[in-house]
Amino acid sequence: MIIPIQYLLALSGILFVLGVLGVLIRRNAIVIFMSIELMLNAANLALISFARTIAPAEAGLGGQVMVFFIIAVAAAEVAVGLALIVTIFKLRHSIDVDQVHTLKG
Amino acid sequence: MLMEAQASSFFQIAPWIIAFPLLGLIINILVGRRFGERFVGIVASSAVGLAFIVAVLQFISLQTHPHGISVRVAEWIAIGQLDTSWTLRVDTLSVTMMLMVTGVSTLIHIYAIGYMHEDVRIQGDPGRYTRFFVFFNLFVAAMMILVSADNYLMMFVGWEGVGLCSYLLIGFWYDKGEGGIANAVAGKKAFIVNRVGDFGFLTAMFLMFTAAGTLQFDQVNAWVEAAGPAQAAMISAVALFLLLGATGKSAQIPLYVWLPDAMAGPTPVSALIHAATMVTAGIYMIARSAVLFSAAGSASHVVAMIGAATALFAATIAVGQFDIKKVLAYSTISQLGFMLAAVGVAARVAGMFHLVTHAFFKALLFLSAGSVILGVEHGLHHHDGDHAGFNPNDMREMGGLRRRMKVTFGVYLVGALALAGIPPLAGFFSKDEILLEASHEFPLVYILLTAAAFLTAFYMGRQVFMVFFGEPRSDAAAHAHENPPVMTIPLIGLATLAAIGGGLNLPGLHTLSDWLEHTLGHIHVMDFSLQVAGISTGLAVVAIALAWLLYGRSPLKKGEEDPLRRILGPLFTALNHKWWVDELYGALLIKPYAALSTWLAETVDWAFWHDWFHDSVIAKGFRWFTGWLSEDIDKKVIDAIADGLASLTETLSRRMRVLQSGYVRTYALSMFIGMILLVSYILFV
Repeated sequence: MIIPIQYLLALSGILFVLGVLGVLIRRNAIVIFMSIELMLNAANLALISFARTIAPAEAGLGGQVMVFFIIAVAAAEVAVGLALIVTIFKLRHSIDVDQVHTLKG
Repeated sequence: MLMEAQASSFFQIAPWIIAFPLLGLIINILVGRRFGERFVGIVASSAVGLAFIVAVLQFISLQTHPHGISVRVAEWIAIGQLDTSWTLRVDTLSVTMMLMVTGVSTLIHIYAIGYMHEDVRIQGDPGRYTRFFVFFNLFVAAMMILVSADNYLMMFVGWEGVGLCSYLLIGFWYDKGEGGIANAVAGKKAFIVNRVGDFGFLTAMFLMFTAAGTLQFDQVNAWVEAAGPAQAAMISAVALFLLLGATGKSAQIPLYVWLPDAMAGPTPVSALIHAATMVTAGIYMIARSAVLFSAAGSASHVVAMIGAATALFAATIAVGQFDIKKVLAYSTISQLGFMLAAVGVAARVAGMFHLVTHAFFKALLFLSAGSVILGVEHGLHHHDGDHAGFNPNDMREMGGLRRRMKVTFGVYLVGALALAGIPPLAGFFSKDEILLEASHEFPLVYILLTAAAFLTAFYMGRQVFMVFFGEPRSDAAAHAHENPPVMTIPLIGLATLAAIGGGLNLPGLHTLSDWLEHTLGHIHVMDFSLQVAGISTGLAVVAIALAWLLYGRSPLKKGEEDPLRRILGPLFTALNHKWWVDELYGALLIKPYAALSTWLAETVDWAFWHDWFHDSVIAKGFRWFTGWLSEDIDKKVIDAIADGLASLTETLSRRMRVLQSGYVRTYALSMFIGMILLVSYILFV
């Protein structure tokens, strides 16, 4: 059974909007981080959907390969981002991003 | 054939006639001081003697090749159509000059060995002995360039070279003379007056180049012949400007005033440069330009009239002089007038003939006068009296020298009689030839020249009677004594030449005419005229008799007035003051010129340029301009731009720092909005 691409893209859109809202609304750094991952994976889902649906013979594995790259980059990003969060917590005993505003001009 | 080849090969050594004197002066400059006076004198004299030998070899070569040759030494100036080279012209005319100049120079150099030995000691600076001979050799080299030139430009180089040497040697004792500057002033005067003549020569060359496109003698002659009457005005202009050049160098009216003052130089200089050689350069130049002056028509009449007028005018002045050398100087001017008149009436051979004989007897007279002066100086020092203000040149202080200086008296008599035109001495033949030609061509010139010849005999008689006869009129003259053989032997040589020099061109034989014909073209030879010769000789004898009546019969006593002053009265004062020509030139030319220079210096240069233009206009203007630049432009415009930029940046950043809230989510939101805007732009626009 082949799921129509419209459904997949709709799901991807919902996930992305959820991620955006999470980033904009939540103050907990970990949650913001998770929301970013949500956006990345929404994009991955869209890429996979297109790769499977549109002329797979011509595009080859291009879409899937790109997704793997994004997953790898996201993993690296997580490593750096979590390290930053740990350091911030050590300094301030909090991970509320609104309290980290020393860059205010 | 072989003989001919050998003879013509002498032409190739012609450049040595210039090189030998140059070599001599270089040796003397480098090592002269180290080896002493004898060495210097011998080197200088033998350098000129070798040049004389070269001239003799040229003469020998010309016997087989009478038309001469041009020896090209080097290219000089080749620009466009002007092609001027260093080329020596060896032909009968130039070789005549070479023989005369180097021959007389050699004798005068030898004489100068003795004369300068004494002179440097009397003047108190023996170190200048070498310098004198260096200048002397330089003069001979320059004179050789002048006479051997193949074009007017090269001739001009020699012309200026001899002028320079003349200046250097007139002012040889530049720190002596009246007020310590009189000699230097005399040198300066000679140089500046000659500049006026050089202006004429230069202008003539410019005109020649404009019209003919060349400065080479043959090509200029070809142009003159081809141009014909169409270019008559141009040819006359060239001839008259060349004449102006000749009046400067050969001391003719109106530029003769430098020559009497030039007697400030040592006597060998007066003999060599200001009597025998350099001053004849103008005559030679006009003889060389024969074709040009023949074609110029009335311009050559101007030449003849200037010559004749100078001959008479200078002769009158010579009558009223007391300085032994001044008499000879005015006599030289007068005799140069004879030569100029001769070339003016197209009697070029007569002019050249008189040039050569005059070189003999006038060099002789000057050197003898030098011998007299030196003898009197000796008398002065021997008799250790008060000699402040004593002038050894003054004939009124002499007298009775015939017994004390026998050789000098003898040769002086020969020279004086030759100059007076007594047969069979050299001056008679050459002067007679000029008078003869003038009587045919131009009667007015003949009358003027005959009058000048009469005066010539009179002033020479006056001089001889004043100097050598009667009793000594001063202690110095009473103790004068004869000079050493190094001085008297050249005098005897010159006296011999002055006596037999007439043989060069005897009437009926015309040796010199035939010789110069190869260069000057066909020459119409005049027959000897007993009338002309008789009149001039008769007048000369009368003049000498008159001189005897006045000065010989009852010799001048010490402190006595000149008998001529009693007879002529104020006229004699005029003669004695040289007709006040120097004063006239002073009032007419020098004073206005000095006033003009003063006005230019004080009013135009100082008051106008310096005080007003520089200080007021330039300095004040610049100060105002810089003030305007700094106050108005720099402070108000440039600074405003810089300040404006700074405050703009400050204002902008003060406004923009509000955006920098430090809240990460604000940044994220603005990124999000930006993304939406970008995507909307891509999708919908």
